[in-house]
Amino acid sequence: MSDPLPTSGSLRRRLTLQLVGSAAILATLLFFVVLAFARDVAQQTHDSILLASATSIMDSVSVQADEVTVDIPYAALSMLGNVSDDRVFYRVAMRGQILTGYDDLPNTSQSTRSGQSAFDTLSYKGNSIRMVTLSRRLSLNGAPADILTTVAQTREGQATQLAQLSRSALQLGLGFFLVATILAIWAAQSSIRPLNQLTAAVSRRGPKDLRPVKRPVPSEMIPLVLSLNQFIARLRVSLTRSEDFIAEAAHRVRTPLATVRTQAEITLRRVDKPENRASLREMIRAIDESSRAAGQLLDHAMVTFRIDSLERKAIDLTELANDLVDRLQPIAELKDIDLSFTGYACPPITGDAILVQNAVRNILDNAIKYSPNDTTIQVSTRQTLSTVLIHVEDEAGGFADMDTDALTHRFTRGENAVGTVGSGLGLTIAREVVEAHGGTLIIETSKSGTGACVSLCFPLA
Amino acid sequence: MRISLLSIGLIAALSTIAMSARAFEVEEYHRFGNGDSRTLRILSTTDTALLTPMIETFLQGNPGVAIEYTSASSAELMTAVMREKHPFDLALSSAMDLQIKLANDGYTQVHHSNAVDLIPTWGNWRNHVFAFSQEPASIVVSPSAFADLEIPRSRQQLISLLRKHPDRFRGRIGTYDVGSSGLGYLFATQDARTSESYWRLMEIMGSLSAKLFCCSSDMIEAVARGEIAVAYNVLGSYARARKDLADRIIIIEPNDYTNMMLRTAVILNSSQEPDLAGDFIDHLLDAAWNSPIVVEYPFHRYPTTGSAQNVPFRPIQLGPGLLVFLDHLKRKRFLTEWHNTVQQN
Repeated sequence: MSDPLPTSGSLRRRLTLQLVGSAAILATLLFFVVLAFARDVAQQTHDSILLASATSIMDSVSVQADEVTVDIPYAALSMLGNVSDDRVFYRVAMRGQILTGYDDLPNTSQSTRSGQSAFDTLSYKGNSIRMVTLSRRLSLNGAPADILTTVAQTREGQATQLAQLSRSALQLGLGFFLVATILAIWAAQSSIRPLNQLTAAVSRRGPKDLRPVKRPVPSEMIPLVLSLNQFIARLRVSLTRSEDFIAEAAHRVRTPLATVRTQAEITLRRVDKPENRASLREMIRAIDESSRAAGQLLDHAMVTFRIDSLERKAIDLTELANDLVDRLQPIAELKDIDLSFTGYACPPITGDAILVQNAVRNILDNAIKYSPNDTTIQVSTRQTLSTVLIHVEDEAGGFADMDTDALTHRFTRGENAVGTVGSGLGLTIAREVVEAHGGTLIIETSKSGTGACVSLCFPLA
Repeated sequence: MRISLLSIGLIAALSTIAMSARAFEVEEYHRFGNGDSRTLRILSTTDTALLTPMIETFLQGNPGVAIEYTSASSAELMTAVMREKHPFDLALSSAMDLQIKLANDGYTQVHHSNAVDLIPTWGNWRNHVFAFSQEPASIVVSPSAFADLEIPRSRQQLISLLRKHPDRFRGRIGTYDVGSSGLGYLFATQDARTSESYWRLMEIMGSLSAKLFCCSSDMIEAVARGEIAVAYNVLGSYARARKDLADRIIIIEPNDYTNMMLRTAVILNSSQEPDLAGDFIDHLLDAAWNSPIVVEYPFHRYPTTGSAQNVPFRPIQLGPGLLVFLDHLKRKRFLTEWHNTVQQN
């Protein structure tokens, strides 16, 4: 695997934190707004009761026998007692002279005209009080007389009420914050989901899958997907170009090599000197090797090309393997190798017949090439629970304890390959074909221990 | 009994001399218990004898405590606390309006306890003023005067009776002189607030030359002697307490409505022993509102669920409303009107 990329923080965490942060700010704001509102309402309620009390006292002020008198109604003070258990103070004054009530009650700081009322929050005897002052002008002996009625109440009940309200406001704020946090986490999760889905779709792809991404994505991700697709396209062009180049090069090399080989064989027949003949044979062998490598490179290029646009047709593996065995029988006989085929009827797989044929032929080629004379190669087809497989078992000595996975890499050859013509591309081609069909290539040591056993497993259609 | 009364009298006399610095008028002074570590000073309008059993049970539960019990009239109690600022711990008073005034004007302190929670909501103001008794404003009549008449059960019946037999009752009706008695004034103002029939009754009593009394006990005794036939607005608890006169008086709790005076306790700001004062209040409250009934508790216990329609008992509401009748202009007007109604000659 590649090294982990350096991260610049998590998008989801950032989104969540921002949402939760704004929820916290909103909740705090809500708390203070509700509190201010509640304070206002509580104050207004208190004020209106005080005003009602002062008004009813003012209404009881009358002039009797040229004297101002006050007959405070019972309700004027008892109504204040019904609201809270707070202490109550009152005063009625005329022309600055106190008629009745608490004479040390502070005066209002506001100037009041007749019929107007003024509210104050003051301190009286060490207690915070709310006070209303009501003014009215009476006519006394033909002269105007200003009457000031003052009613005040301590604010303990209001404070208790406010404490309760702020508790409620706090609960409201906390509740809001909690719900908003849950929603924020959910929102962050769901807005990050398309990104995860795209990631999953891209990483699910096979190694050769270079199709552009076509699935619908949110509009914000369109630029990313477009650049990804452009990148994929560039990669594809560059890959195709290099494959083309290799194929072209192999083709260009193979034709002159055939000419050189023919000339070398003609020369071999003409020369007699043993050392000249030996070096000519060496030359022919080298030419064969180059020619085969060029052939395999061409094969590989062809395989790569066909995998890109994989054909999907029904293939009967048994028939395919049987054909190949028949075709390669003459080459095997040259080395007195017993090439046998055992085929069981198998359900067809879907895929590209030419590719599968190429893969199997490469495996068989290898087996024949590396097998010593007078040995056997067994080819069989079989069906297991979920796969159909072709089995090639030889007695070529096997791969000993070499890494079987590494063998399928390009240009890697087994330890016994020394002295045999080959390029190391055969297993690579086989593997790429099998994997393109969604299957696996398994390389093991045969049961007898004298050779290798290669299985091409294709999934059932 | 006589000796103990004499000794109380002596002590009262002695203490009056000892505390000549006191300007307010002390009716009685008594020191209970011989503890010298802590002293609880109670200023009260309640007769010493009435509360003595309660005080003694309290002292049994609190060894080392002494109680100085000073009784005075409600007006003198106000003078002692508000003007002369004597350092009492506790004020017990039947003058609900004055107790409210003490609390409202900041002469009292708050008290919380389990016993406080026993009080019905109407019997507690601000956790400063605590009611520890319910005492009805009753009508006391002489059975001999009503030998051939039906006993009135409501004010309305009393009014019709007085109208029907003016000659029999002329000069033989009594009530509080509201001008000199704080409790009489409280009952009168509450009556006036509650029902119009009060003024009709006063009108008739005035036309029948009602006699005015300073206090409940005088009225009860006058009825018992046969001097008057009807006494209106007598403190029922005192009448009930006079077991010796039981066969010579009939106590009526009017069924149209019966004002209930609440005897209240406040802890004064000047208290040096607020915790002890709180304990004493709890002791009283427990006896007044908790079950089972305490035999030492001197007052009759009335049901506390006064909200039911068929129950005529109306506890006088503790609260700033009571301050209204203390307003001197209000008081002047009320008294003028009352005297005009009752003293028609």
